[in-house]
Amino acid sequence: MVPTLFGRLQTRLFLLATVGLIVTLLIVPILPGTEGPLGDLYLSAILVLAMVAVLGLVWELLYHFLMQFRWEKDWPTLFGLLTLIPEGLLLFFLLRSGAVGFIDPAPPAAAFWTHFLVVWMCVWLVANGPMRVPFIRWRFRGGRVL
Amino acid sequence: MVAAAGIPMNDIPFLTIGGGMGSFVTVDYLRIYGVPTSQMRVISNIDHPWQTYEFLTRCSQIPRPERIRSDSSSRPDNLWGFPSYALEEAWKEKKVGYLWHILTEPIINDYWTPRAGTVFQCLEREAKRINYWDMLVKGQVRMVRRRVGGGYFTVVTPPEGASPTKRVVFRSRFVHLAVGYPGLKFLPDLQEFRQRHGDYQHVVNAYEPHEQVYEFLKTRPGTVVIRGGGIVASRVLQRLFDDRERLNLQTQIVHIFRTFVSGSHGPNAWSRRKGGDGWAYQGFNYPKSVWGGQLKAEMRKLDGEARAKKYKAMGGTNTPYRRRWQEQMQAGREGGYYHAVQGTVERVEPSPDGRMTSYVRSKDGTIRQPVSDYIIDCTGLEADIAEHRVFADLLEYGGAFRNPIGRLEVERHFEVKGTASGDGALYASGSATLGGYFPGVDTFLGLQVAAQEIADDLARRGFCRKMGPLRSTSQWFKWARNSTV
Repeated sequence: MVPTLFGRLQTRLFLLATVGLIVTLLIVPILPGTEGPLGDLYLSAILVLAMVAVLGLVWELLYHFLMQFRWEKDWPTLFGLLTLIPEGLLLFFLLRSGAVGFIDPAPPAAAFWTHFLVVWMCVWLVANGPMRVPFIRWRFRGGRVL
Repeated sequence: MVAAAGIPMNDIPFLTIGGGMGSFVTVDYLRIYGVPTSQMRVISNIDHPWQTYEFLTRCSQIPRPERIRSDSSSRPDNLWGFPSYALEEAWKEKKVGYLWHILTEPIINDYWTPRAGTVFQCLEREAKRINYWDMLVKGQVRMVRRRVGGGYFTVVTPPEGASPTKRVVFRSRFVHLAVGYPGLKFLPDLQEFRQRHGDYQHVVNAYEPHEQVYEFLKTRPGTVVIRGGGIVASRVLQRLFDDRERLNLQTQIVHIFRTFVSGSHGPNAWSRRKGGDGWAYQGFNYPKSVWGGQLKAEMRKLDGEARAKKYKAMGGTNTPYRRRWQEQMQAGREGGYYHAVQGTVERVEPSPDGRMTSYVRSKDGTIRQPVSDYIIDCTGLEADIAEHRVFADLLEYGGAFRNPIGRLEVERHFEVKGTASGDGALYASGSATLGGYFPGVDTFLGLQVAAQEIADDLARRGFCRKMGPLRSTSQWFKWARNSTV
C-alpha cells in the first residue's frame, strides 16, 4: 500500500485499535518483569498503546513530509518496519522521564519493549498483506479505511 | 431489423471485448463479486487471456524464466494481491532469500519482480477456477452501437465455419472494451526505410519477433543500433550483453537516446527522478503512488489542461535501475563495445557495403553516421486509438470523445463518457484510457483498479452484489483453496 496522509493516519488508528488491541489483550499476562493486579497491567498497557497511536499521528506527519522527497511518493516496507526504532525510543524515554503522568508507574523496560515490538511486528505484518483480504479497496485509496 | 436479416442474436447482459488481460481481470472481479458465467461473455480472437501479453514479452526478451517489470503484489490472478508473488515463489521454491529481497526493496536491493512464467501459471489456475473458457466466444468485433431501447448491440464476425452467418449480434446492457494496444508504433524514419527498401528483417521493432538479429550475431561480429530509452531497450541490451558474454561474441552496440538523461531531473526537490547515462530511472511504468497513493488521489480531481500537465510532469520514458544492467553497461563502456549517444535520427539509408547508415544529429551539433547490421526500435507499443475500428466507430458515431492526451475519455468508474444508453453503460479499461482520472491504466494493478471501479459501479446499478469485508474474506479462502467462486 502506498499511503496518502489521511490513509496513513486512518490505517495507524485502525490497526492499533484492532490488531494492536487484540495482541495487547493476549500478551499482557505473560509480559516479563511485571507485577501487580492484572487489571492495572492491562490499563497501563492499553494506555501505552494509546500513546503509540497519539504520538503516531505526529510521526505520520513527519513521515508524510519525508515521503515528499521521494519521486515515487511511496513508503517502502522496510521503512514501515524500521520506524519502530525512533518511535519506540521516544516513547520509552517519555515514559521513563515521567512526562506521561497518567501512566504511573511506567512499565519495566523488558515489559515495554516486548509489548511494543510484538504489537509493532503484528501491525506491520497485517498492513503488508492480510489487511487486503477483507478490505479490497484499502490499498487503492492510499490506506483510507473510511 | 437484425432478426429480419437472419442474423443470430444473443442476449447477454455483460459483454467484454478483447479477451486479453483487461477482460480477464474484469471478469475475474465480477465472478468473485458473484456474477454467474451465464451472464457474461468474452469476445476475443485469442484463446487464452495472457496470449498477447506473452507474445509481446517474449519478443521483447522476457521469456518465461525471466522477470517482468511488475510489483510483487500486483497479481492479476488474485484481486487481493495477497499472498504476493514474492511469497508464492518463496514458498514454492523454498527460497527465503526472496523474502529478504522483498523486505529490503528498493533500498538495498532492486525491486523484487515475478517471473513471467509464474504470472502465466497463476493466470491459468485462476482462469480455470472461474470457468473462464465457458464465457469465451471467438470472433472479431466490428462495432458497438447504442440500442434505442437501452444497452448496446455488438456486431461480431465469428471465425469461418463457426456460424451459419457472416455476422452475429449480441444485445447487452453492459459492454466493456479492453482491446489493448491498437498497434505497434514505429519511428517515422524507420518506417520509411522499411517501406522504401522493403526490408523488414534488418530494421525491426522490439515487439516483433526478431530472433534473426541474435542468430546473425552468433555467426559473425556485427553492429546493432538500439533506439529508445525504456524498459524494452534495457531488455534488448541485456540479451545482447548476455549473448556476448555467454558465447564470446564481438557485438558492437550503438545506443541512440533522443532524450539523454545525465542525472537526477525535475523542477524541485519534491519531484525529482533519478537518472544517468542516458536513462531516467523508475521502478515501474509509473511512480508507485499512482496505484493508490498521492498521485492517484491528486489525478482523480483533475480535468482538462491541469490533468494533461500532471501527466506530462510524471511522464517520460524510463526504466528501472537494476544492478545487473548497470554492471553490464559499465563493462560495455570500459570494453569499448557499448556506445550511448544523444541524438535525433534524421534518416536511415543503405550503406555501400549492404548495411545501414543512420544519420544522427546531436543537440551539440555533432553529426554521427553509425553503420550497423541491424536497427532495433525499442520506442513503443502505442498507436493512436482510432486505428482500432471499434474506437474509431465509437468516436464517430457512439458519442465517445478524447481525453486531454488524446485517448478515450472515461469517468472515474471507467464508463466511457458520452456513450450512456438507457440503463446500460459502456466501460473501457487498459491502454486506450490513458490520460483519464486514473493514470496507471495499462498495468496489472491498473487493470485491477479499473475492474474494481467497474464492479462497484455495476453493483450500484444492481447487476451484482456489493463486496463487503466478510464476503471478500470468504472469497479469498476459496481462492486459496482453489475452489470455484
